[in-house]
Amino acid sequence: MKERLILVGNGMAGMRTLEELLAIAPDQYDITVFGAEPHGNYNRILLSPVLAGEKTVEQIMLNDLDWYAERGITLHAGKAVIRLNRARRQVIAADGTVAPYDWLLLATGSDPIILPVPGNDLPGVITFRDIKDVQAMLDAACAGRKHAVVIGGGLLGLEAANGLMKQGMEVTVVHLLDVLMERQLDTEAAALLRTSLEERGLRFLMGAQTVAILGEERVKGVRFKDGLEIPADLVVMAVGIRPNIQLAKAAGIHCERGVVVNDTMQTYDPRIYAVGECVQHRGQTYGLVAPLWEQARVCANHLAHFGISRYRGSVTSTKLKVTGIDVFSAGEFGGGPGCDEIVLRDRARGVYKKLVVRDNRVRGAVLYGDTIDGSWYFQLLREKTDIGAFRESILFGQAHLGDAGHGGGNNVLAMPDEAEICGCNGVCKGVIVKAITAQKLFTLEEVRAHTKASASCGSCTGLVEQLLAATVGDYSKTSREKPLCACTEHSHDQVRKVIREQHLTSLRAVFDFMEWKTPDGCHSCRPAINFYLIAAWPGEARDDAQSRFINERVHANIQKDGTYSVVPRMWGGLTSPKELRAIADVADKFQIPTVKVTGGQRIDLLGVKKEDLPKVWADLNAAGMVSGHAYGKSLRTVKTCVGSEWCRFGTQDSTGLGVKLEKMTWGSWTPHKFKMAVSGCPRNCAEATIKDFGVVCVDSGYELHVGGNGGIKLRGTDLLCKVATEEEAMEYCGAFMQLYREEARYLERTAPWLERVGLAYVRQRIVEDGEGRKALHQRFLASQQYAQIDPWAERASGRVDAHEFQPLRRVG
Amino acid sequence: MYDWHEIGALDDVPRLGSRVVHTPHGGVAIFRTADDRIFALRDRCPHKGGPLSQGIVHGHRITCPLHNWVLELESGQAVAPDVGCATRYPVRVENGRLWLGLNDVVSLAAVT
Ligand SMILES: Cc1cc2nc3c(=O)[nH]c(=O)nc-3n(C[C@H](O)[C@H](O)[C@H](O)COP(=O)(O)OP(=O)(O)OC[C@H]3O[C@@H](n4cnc5c(N)ncnc54)[C@H](O)[C@@H]3O)c2cc1C
Ligand code: HEM
Ligand code: SF4
Ligand code: FES
Repeated sequence: MKERLILVGNGMAGMRTLEELLAIAPDQYDITVFGAEPHGNYNRILLSPVLAGEKTVEQIMLNDLDWYAERGITLHAGKAVIRLNRARRQVIAADGTVAPYDWLLLATGSDPIILPVPGNDLPGVITFRDIKDVQAMLDAACAGRKHAVVIGGGLLGLEAANGLMKQGMEVTVVHLLDVLMERQLDTEAAALLRTSLEERGLRFLMGAQTVAILGEERVKGVRFKDGLEIPADLVVMAVGIRPNIQLAKAAGIHCERGVVVNDTMQTYDPRIYAVGECVQHRGQTYGLVAPLWEQARVCANHLAHFGISRYRGSVTSTKLKVTGIDVFSAGEFGGGPGCDEIVLRDRARGVYKKLVVRDNRVRGAVLYGDTIDGSWYFQLLREKTDIGAFRESILFGQAHLGDAGHGGGNNVLAMPDEAEICGCNGVCKGVIVKAITAQKLFTLEEVRAHTKASASCGSCTGLVEQLLAATVGDYSKTSREKPLCACTEHSHDQVRKVIREQHLTSLRAVFDFMEWKTPDGCHSCRPAINFYLIAAWPGEARDDAQSRFINERVHANIQKDGTYSVVPRMWGGLTSPKELRAIADVADKFQIPTVKVTGGQRIDLLGVKKEDLPKVWADLNAAGMVSGHAYGKSLRTVKTCVGSEWCRFGTQDSTGLGVKLEKMTWGSWTPHKFKMAVSGCPRNCAEATIKDFGVVCVDSGYELHVGGNGGIKLRGTDLLCKVATEEEAMEYCGAFMQLYREEARYLERTAPWLERVGLAYVRQRIVEDGEGRKALHQRFLASQQYAQIDPWAERASGRVDAHEFQPLRRVG
Repeated sequence: MYDWHEIGALDDVPRLGSRVVHTPHGGVAIFRTADDRIFALRDRCPHKGGPLSQGIVHGHRITCPLHNWVLELESGQAVAPDVGCATRYPVRVENGRLWLGLNDVVSLAAVT
């Protein structure tokens, strides 16, 4: 017989947990759900638009009754559970239903706080929590009742007030403090918000303490501490929520403010788990849905007895859902010691933006009137990005950054359905919106999986996030360091750290130590970990061919028809008649259809059959050429101009330096491809200022530039420093590459890496810390011993990976 | 019925790797997983014909090298949300030798 799982609380967190559970362990449990409300599960956060008349109740249903029936789940809708018998493992409902469980999940949410004032139980006094409350408000409006008083000027109160006003009532918002939404806004943004709500017709009573609700049969008015009385036909209390813990507490389960759970969402009774607003985790309770999604995922993992994931708490941000008013808030928006505030005020446009910054990191944000960059600031906040490089223009938004790649300014909401959002995969807005609503997607990952939007280069991620936010109508988002891939909860940085600290030298060791969820990883994590291993332990960690992408496994670039391209190395772009003859001979002999000069000053032989690769390489090797690594996350090419040897403007021997740099760095593996160039004078014919490392020669020495790239997001380099000699240029180059190899995340090019850690940091490590630079350079050279073995020669000899190039058998 | 062909030894295929058998009907990719299970699929991705044999094997799955579709080795089915299927072929391991079963009907279907 299957084990029995009972869920108490048919709401957002509990049901999300069941959905996650069914996705990973569909047949494990006999499931029964008790819910006090007489409905299926609905999207509570969309009650505000329902009240405002922008959505219907049907539109916000997440799981209708058929959903439960189709999955064989017993739903007791409308039956509140009143008692738990832990000794007998039973739940007892108000109508006397008794149900036994093996495992119990509590997700009882919160109760709205009711002010302890006389008259608080009069008809017409309600809260704002469920469908019943919304129905009562709509009924009051319909019955022609005029005066509504909303007590509480926080998110919920303002959304209720706005809805009631839309339904034709005269609404007064009563707030104890002088600042609206004081948990989210500073004085200035709150004042702007108040003005624009007043313009729409809301009235405010600030600094007013309610002492009594007046009336006999029904509510008639409200009295305040200063004696003022105002008329009221409807009073909505929106003064906060309190985790609903009665059931757990009465059963003797340890509770403080909420039901106390550990990182696996387990309560003090090991048979009982809890998720949602009713829990207290590491001292924290939550009132937004985004943290609940994470809790649900962790809890489902443990209910499925996988037992490997942990919840570590969430950072949240909020947005107000009042159509036409944009408010965003996140983090420590109030500032504090050592904090700077960067502020933009534009009264005429009704825009106010404030970022709280400490040590060049965003700590908090309040946006009013223009929230388009909210998700970007929130990302900078949670990733603790160094904003030094664009601090002066940060308030103009991400679209203002030259390399941002997407115009956050072109509001996605205003885009037509046909507008293409993801250029890589050709996905347009309509398709994404449809997928979000039809398949009930809530996270970026889900949208990626279902539509492929933002699944490739990622530059449209901001747009997709905005669409997601706009479509699910959610004012919250959460953060944590992104896991490396779906096989683990650990981030790139955590994996790297553990590899170094625990001296792990094989993929197996990493999977075991870090408790990977899959037996042998996937195509995302294996190449990343393989790189981290060989970068951390050169010569010691074995390079695992099966964890390399095909291009790096066979040392050539796969083409769309399954043939390969071959690019021999030409040091600094120099070649000779002998090499050219050999290339021409190879092209003839193996009937290579296309010969092309690449953008990096090399010759590309395209359309080589896989079986021919070793023979092609053998011929090229014979003429002295080695692999050009045009296929790898590795040093690609060093592009040079002719420099002082020939050019009338040349200041230094750019070609010679290019050759030396390439001889020093070829063969090294890097987090992503790494390109270099050396120009002989500031005319910069070798385009050194869009390379990962570029040298521009000047009369007095060498300017070193870093962090540039062409491609989708063009980025010019930053000047690292100027040095006087070739030897120094070489040392700085080696040190820079090594720092990048040791600290950037796999598949992160130097440009985004530099933006993440900040130019100041790289300068400090490479320029200011001379000892450190020398050590980095030495480590680079040490690892090159193991890297500078021509992979082509090894394979042409037939001794390495011969199986890669031969069919196993021909039959028939 | 299947026509069984001996195609080589288990150890000719690297763990978490793949080799190709050329047949009159096109390439068949032979995969070996970490737990030494052997699977055979037509060497053409249902997406845009990528050579599956060149992909990355993980668990009982293969990721295509061209655009990262993931297919179940057991069934040949693409993993949701992608939809598609690569033809399966039966394989047997006997005394360390590999046998591939080609069925005229199946393999003819595979070419068209
Ligand atoms: C109007 C409104 C707007 C909101 N807007 C947002 C927003 O924009 N963004 C955001 O992130 N969050 C928003 N929230 C908060 C969000 O809705 C909650 O965080 C979320 O619903 C909490 O989920 P939960 O499962 O913990 O509780 P709930 O969704 O409240 O579910 C608990 C369920 O358990 C039932 N229950 C309780 N006790 C028992 C019992 N003894 N027996 C049986 N059943 C029981 C309750 O009836 C309820 O149905 C909003 C909330 C409201 C009310
Ligand atoms: C991410 C998408 C990219 C892909 C798929 C891609 C693919 C390729 C391919 C197939 C080649 C030919 C090498 C060969 O066939 O062996 C090549 C070479 C080259 N690419 Fe890209 N490239 C990309 C991005 C870029 C970017 C962003 C730049 C920067 C300007 C760039 C600049 C070059 C240059 C200069 C060469 C010549 C390299 C050499 O001489 O070795 N590529 N690229
Ligand atoms: S960069 Fe200067 S030195 Fe080099 S080729 Fe151009 S003009 Fe001449
Ligand atoms: S061809 Fe296989 S994923 Fe595109």
